[in-house]
Amino acid sequence: MIQLTSRSKVVVDKKMSFKEKLYLPAIAKGMAITFMHMFKKAATLRYPEIKREFAPVYRGMHVLKRDEEGRENCTACGLCAVACPAEAIIIDGAERQKGEEHLYREEKYAAKYEINMLRCIFCGLCEEACPKDAIYLTDRIVESSYTRNSFIFGKDLLVEKMDDRIDISKRKKEYHID
Amino acid sequence: MAILIFKIALILILFLISLGVAAYATYGERKVAAFMQDRIGPDRAGPFGILQPIADGTKMFMKEEIIPNVSDKLLFILGPCIFMVTSLMTSAVIPWGTAMEFGGVKYAMQVADINIGILYVFGVVSLGVYGIMIGGWASNNKFALLGAVRASSQMISYELAMGMSLIAVIMMSGSLSLTDIVTSQGDGKLWGFIPVSGLNWNIFYQPMGFIIFLICAFAECNRTPFDLPECDTELIGGFHTEYSSMKLGLYLFAEYINMFISGAIISCLYFGGYNFPGLSYLSTVLNPNIVALLSFGALFAKAIFFVFFFMWIRWTIPRFRYDQLMKLGWQILLPLSIINVLLTGGILTFFNK
Repeated sequence: MIQLTSRSKVVVDKKMSFKEKLYLPAIAKGMAITFMHMFKKAATLRYPEIKREFAPVYRGMHVLKRDEEGRENCTACGLCAVACPAEAIIIDGAERQKGEEHLYREEKYAAKYEINMLRCIFCGLCEEACPKDAIYLTDRIVESSYTRNSFIFGKDLLVEKMDDRIDISKRKKEYHID
Repeated sequence: MAILIFKIALILILFLISLGVAAYATYGERKVAAFMQDRIGPDRAGPFGILQPIADGTKMFMKEEIIPNVSDKLLFILGPCIFMVTSLMTSAVIPWGTAMEFGGVKYAMQVADINIGILYVFGVVSLGVYGIMIGGWASNNKFALLGAVRASSQMISYELAMGMSLIAVIMMSGSLSLTDIVTSQGDGKLWGFIPVSGLNWNIFYQPMGFIIFLICAFAECNRTPFDLPECDTELIGGFHTEYSSMKLGLYLFAEYINMFISGAIISCLYFGGYNFPGLSYLSTVLNPNIVALLSFGALFAKAIFFVFFFMWIRWTIPRFRYDQLMKLGWQILLPLSIINVLLTGGILTFFNK
């Protein structure tokens, strides 16, 4: 058998020696350990004041990115929906009309883009599947709600606002997506 | 008349101190637990969370009082009352300090100096188990009944070894009065030759008896590793499963008072009570009232240390299995305490006289 840690101990069902049967030395040892812990730094963060930082690879609520000119990247190819193991994504494509060039980058765009946040398992496969740099998982948390329907997020919640762009550079760097 | 006023004042002060210590022991328990588990513990109510006991107490009072339909209502209410009353009564015979002096008259810092003090303590402590038994039985709940049965059998088993280990102490002091036991530890040299006054403590003569007594005290207070009557994991709270609001509060509170009082009794029996090195010198130079307060402080500090010790053990050692508990009580502690009595008797006969 492979030794997994250096701290594992082989347990033997042998007869205990007299010293072990006394238990008191072992108890004293245990008490010394707990006493030493009294002087260690607490691992607690005082939550509402201090928030624990998310890992750069944290997978939270999705965002649909726009490019520098504010055009939506998504071209409704449907690869994310195909990749999704939970079948949480529904896309309806539509053709870009004349005069909409400032809204959508390619000739085709997603007229409807819905993610069911109750189905989503936040695996990040949609992000990996996307060829257009359009969908990313962020460090934002999906807020709780009382109704199931409110967890179906449409484009109004997913597409980033121009005045409130979501920074995903850290995540890109960590994952080497491109 | 003056002595009556002094005694009533003393009773009131002791009552308030017991309640105050119990309240802050609940806070201390949570803090100690937190520190030993690398956490912070309650720190939101007031600076360092020192107002936490008030918040807890208010919560207990505001909660809904539920008396189960199928319970025996009179006994259900009587249970926590008995438990609380007995835990408070024990402090009556403890000598809390040297005598105070008002207007040339000496007043002992003890509510009642009865000559069988230690027997009184044992009697009252064994009454305490009725609180648990009645409460558990009256709840009409299987888990509560199991807890009550465990509590009573555990108390009976450990009271024996406790009494036996105590006999050795009584043999050394030659008296059942707690005052005599404490004063006998105040004078004389340690082991007959170490000249430190006020350090002639029984712990140096009775180490084995002390360990037996300490283990039994844990069992009597229903503290880990002997908290089988109320173990949350097996019996969802044991005898107080059905209790809510302040009745539950009384049970929990009385447990902490018990801890404090048993800490004080252990200090009286084995750690010299209110004696500390230098007490006899101080009493010649200082006002007797100040000396009395100092000696009270010494006993209080020892008792508080034992409360801490109780918590320290709780967060170190896991709970016993029931058969292990019985085996330890009957097959190990009882024979050991009898051997201790024999040894003490032999040494007293051959070396002291």
